[in-house]
Parts: sequence; structure tokens; C-alpha cells
Amino acid sequence: MGDQPLSIFQVSGRAMSAQLVRMNTTASNLANAGTVASSAQAAYRTIKPVFRTAFDEASGMATVDVEQVVTAGAEPTKRYDPGNPLADAEGNVWESAVDETRELVDMLAASRTYQNNVEVMQTAKSLIVDTLKLGR
Amino acid sequence: MSDDGLFGVHGAALAVRSQRMGMLASNIANASTPGYKAKDIDFRAALAGIEAQGGAGDAGIDAATLYRVPLQPSQDGNTVELATEQTAFAENAVAYQTTLAFLNGRISTITRALRGE
Repeated sequence: MGDQPLSIFQVSGRAMSAQLVRMNTTASNLANAGTVASSAQAAYRTIKPVFRTAFDEASGMATVDVEQVVTAGAEPTKRYDPGNPLADAEGNVWESAVDETRELVDMLAASRTYQNNVEVMQTAKSLIVDTLKLGR
Repeated sequence: MSDDGLFGVHGAALAVRSQRMGMLASNIANASTPGYKAKDIDFRAALAGIEAQGGAGDAGIDAATLYRVPLQPSQDGNTVELATEQTAFAENAVAYQTTLAFLNGRISTITRALRGE
């Protein structure tokens, strides 16, 4: 892409990739909900993508990129469970604090936005094809 | 501009419609980016701007590009409201096709005249 002006397909396409990253982080978070580890450092933490607008001066259009993926949300919770094979010397385990409701809402939002971008791309494609057929 | 040339106002109209489609696509792409401010092109003003300059495109469109005023601002500073954007996008797509139909009609008129049918 570099210094080429953005096309409408890149605008929607990059937004779709960004939403896909968001969907993947949600999947990881949900998959790791309730997992335990033997220390606070090793416990799973919720991950979230950071979106950043990529504005293109030449075409006046703006798309979105994932700037980074950060850990966010609550700290892992300590639980006394001496019977657990992962328990440390004092009998504690750390449980990942994934907010499942929030993750599910996030997943829905991501899939809706993804669908919207697909729709935009389809409309833009058919209009461009119609323009190519001009005069025929 | 509207009185001379083969296609009248429709060439400029198609350019504005195409720019607006890109702008609305950008808004929809940034629907979940915190702090993004949605923009839109005032079609009538953009067309008037292009006509006033005698056909040179970009400055007239830039002058008619405005930030959208959200009905209900969201907490993360994003002003994209999907319902508004989707409506505008659909309306713009239909208008684009209308302009294409006008252009096609003009082209077939001219072709018929050239062939002498």
C-alpha cells in the first residue's frame, strides 16, 4: 500500500482485517475463561486490540488498523484450592478474570461491523462494474 | 459547466457521488475506532462548488466536506452512527446508479445520432 492512494476496497478490506483481529482476541479470551495457573504472572489476562484510524490525505478516505494488542481488564483472582495440582506451596491458584458477558457482546459487535464492511464492499464493487459498462 | 459539454452536470455529479461513497465507506470502516469523527459531503454544495470553478473537482468537494453532528454522542468520542451511515450509503449508491443511467441515456442518444439511425 505504502504511498499509493487508498482505494475503497482497501478501506473496507483493512477494516475487515481489524475486526477479524478483534474477533480472534475475543475467541482467545473466551477460550481461556476460567483457566487457572500457579502464579499471578502465569495466569491468563484478557487481551484487546487497539484500533487507530489511518487517514489518507491523497484520497480523503480513512481506514482502520490494529495498532497493537494489549492486555486489559481485571487482575487474575487468587483462590485457595490446595487439592488443585497447579496449586503453589501455599495452596493458592490464580484464575483468569475474563468477563464472559463483555466478550460475547464484543464478539457480536465485531461480527456486525464486519458484515457492514462486506456490504459496503459488495455495493462498491457492483457500482464500479456498472461504471465500467458505461456506454455499452 | 452544466450547459456545455457532452454530459452536462452528470460528469461532476458522478465524481461527487464517488467521493461521497469513499467517505461513507471510511465512516463505516471506523465504526468502532475510539475518537473517530464521521464526515460527509454536502452533495448540493459540492456540485455548486464545482460548477462555480468551471469543472475543476477537488477544492469544491473539500469545501463541502463537513463533520457529522451525532444524534447521541458516544462516550469514546466516536461520532459514527451506523443507522445514519447505512442510510446515507444506500441513498448515495442509488443516486450513483441514477447518474449512470443518465449518462448511458446520453451516450446512446449520441451514438444513435452518429449512426444516423
